Amino acid sequence: MEQNKKTLIIGVIGADVHAVGNQILYHAFTEAGFNVVNLGVMVSQEEFINAAIETNADAIVVSSLYGQGELDCRGLREKCDEAGLEGILLYVGGNIVIGKQPFEEVEKRFKAMGFDRSFPPGTPPEVDIEYLKKDLHVED
Amino acid sequence: MKPVLLIDFGSTYTKVTAADVDAPRLLGTANSYTTIETDINDGLADALEKLERQTGKLDFAARYACSSAAGGLRMLASGLVPELTAEAAKTASLGAGAKVLKTYAFQLNEDDADEIKAIDPDIFLLCGGTDGGNTACIIHNAEVLREIGGDYPIILAGNRNAARTCSRILEGREVHVTENVMPAFGTLNIEPTQQVIREVFLNRIIEAKGLSKASELISGIMMPTPSAVMAAIKLLAEGTETQKGIGDLVAVDVGGATTDVYSVAEGLPDDPRTALRGLPEPYIKRTVEGDIGMRYSIHGIVDAAGLKKTAQIAGLTEERLSEIVERFAAHTDLLPYDDETQRADEALASMAIRVAVTRHAGRLSEIFGLGGLQLIQTGKNLKNVDQFIVTGGSLIHTEHTGRIASYGFYDAEDPGSLKPQNCTVLVDRSYIIAAMGLLSQYYPDAALTILKEELKKDDRTE
Repeated sequence: MEQNKKTLIIGVIGADVHAVGNQILYHAFTEAGFNVVNLGVMVSQEEFINAAIETNADAIVVSSLYGQGELDCRGLREKCDEAGLEGILLYVGGNIVIGKQPFEEVEKRFKAMGFDRSFPPGTPPEVDIEYLKKDLHVED
Repeated sequence: MKPVLLIDFGSTYTKVTAADVDAPRLLGTANSYTTIETDINDGLADALEKLERQTGKLDFAARYACSSAAGGLRMLASGLVPELTAEAAKTASLGAGAKVLKTYAFQLNEDDADEIKAIDPDIFLLCGGTDGGNTACIIHNAEVLREIGGDYPIILAGNRNAARTCSRILEGREVHVTENVMPAFGTLNIEPTQQVIREVFLNRIIEAKGLSKASELISGIMMPTPSAVMAAIKLLAEGTETQKGIGDLVAVDVGGATTDVYSVAEGLPDDPRTALRGLPEPYIKRTVEGDIGMRYSIHGIVDAAGLKKTAQIAGLTEERLSEIVERFAAHTDLLPYDDETQRADEALASMAIRVAVTRHAGRLSEIFGLGGLQLIQTGKNLKNVDQFIVTGGSLIHTEHTGRIASYGFYDAEDPGSLKPQNCTVLVDRSYIIAAMGLLSQYYPDAALTILKEELKKDDRTE
């Protein structure tokens, strides 16, 4: 693991088994110069947190594609605080809610849950990367 | 004939085994009390005399020994997250034959410091953080260890980016720096640590424990006894260049204070679609249940298995079983002396095996998602293992070995537990596994031949 690189924990939360997007993100983030710890699919909140503690991660990037994201993500910020990961950057993206809801409202709800940024379905990885670099103060 | 003497300095007994390596066979076994407080050679000489009374005078070509005397190799380990580096540190220590008295996670606090000082281990294994990951915890813990003082060696096997800092903090202490037990997230790398533990044991612990006096007579104490056991079961499973092994196996040693479980198997899921969770498992795994034992830890068996269930299996009332348990706990050298105590002993051994193997084996859980049923496995899948080796007083001195052992098998009451199914039970009646592990270091073929001959099938699972 290279010292000067920022470390990201990525994975698909809950009972979600959508593996393709997760692989794409892994390659895109690695290519963009991040240390990426990929926990794969069906990842629990505790697994995200444990991995972030051991690797001293800079951000947790949660994916959810099966509509249960809102339930699965609830309490993650509080658990991070509890585990000593205060202030760690939290992202979430995918089909994170059920049905067609205006994304501004969804984003607001996830903001209230402690997620720094939320991304709607179909967001290209370049957009996430741009925000990650901005939020983690990575110079190109 | 070329006889070799194998010695196991145990906490209570010094066991000697004579084997012919020319025409491989067991010549005899004997034991006597371990005399570590005076001169360890006294107990050895006594055991040898008993042995030669059976075999006649033997001109030994070599003498090898292992030891778990003076408390065994007493270790403490620390890591960061309980399920991650702390677990890796514990797994590494157990696999090196240590007795792990406690494993700490996160930052050590003042209570931990007092406890560590009181325990005064033989070795402290300091871990935490992946390489390039968290450094704060291991540095904090190194500072705590410096404050505590003491002269036991410390093995540093954590985040490599903190190794130099920790070494500086612990300057003046015997510190061995080695590779991280978890260099990257979810990667287990325990062999380098185990190598250092072996070296420290050989170079320092034997001397410190007053075992070196025995060295003049013998070619050396080569390893802690559990390491010898692991060497033997690995040999038995894998075989040698010229001789086939018996394949994957599980071995259980039900002792007075602890129950040790060993497995040699990859332990991967039956169905490749099953998701694997948690730390990767070592191919040869040892777990020690400190609360499960037939005398010193007899209450732990009842606590874990339940008095009602244990009494049911023994065919005794709960009151009667309780009385017997109290008696065994108070008189740790007491053997079953009538039908009721025999039934109690066998039921307790059955529960000890069930609890210890259940804790050792992996687990399969089911999750129903939108994509249907998804299976998740944590730990090792031992369902396909078909050899089950047992040893320990309560299993050797009974006709019901097979029935007792079968409590370690797959159980329809607990279908998620990945315990072995359809096993042949092999009994180590002469208690020679550790001795053969020692012998395997020099004469692997002879050791394997003798193991295959001496481990007797027991199919009485009625």
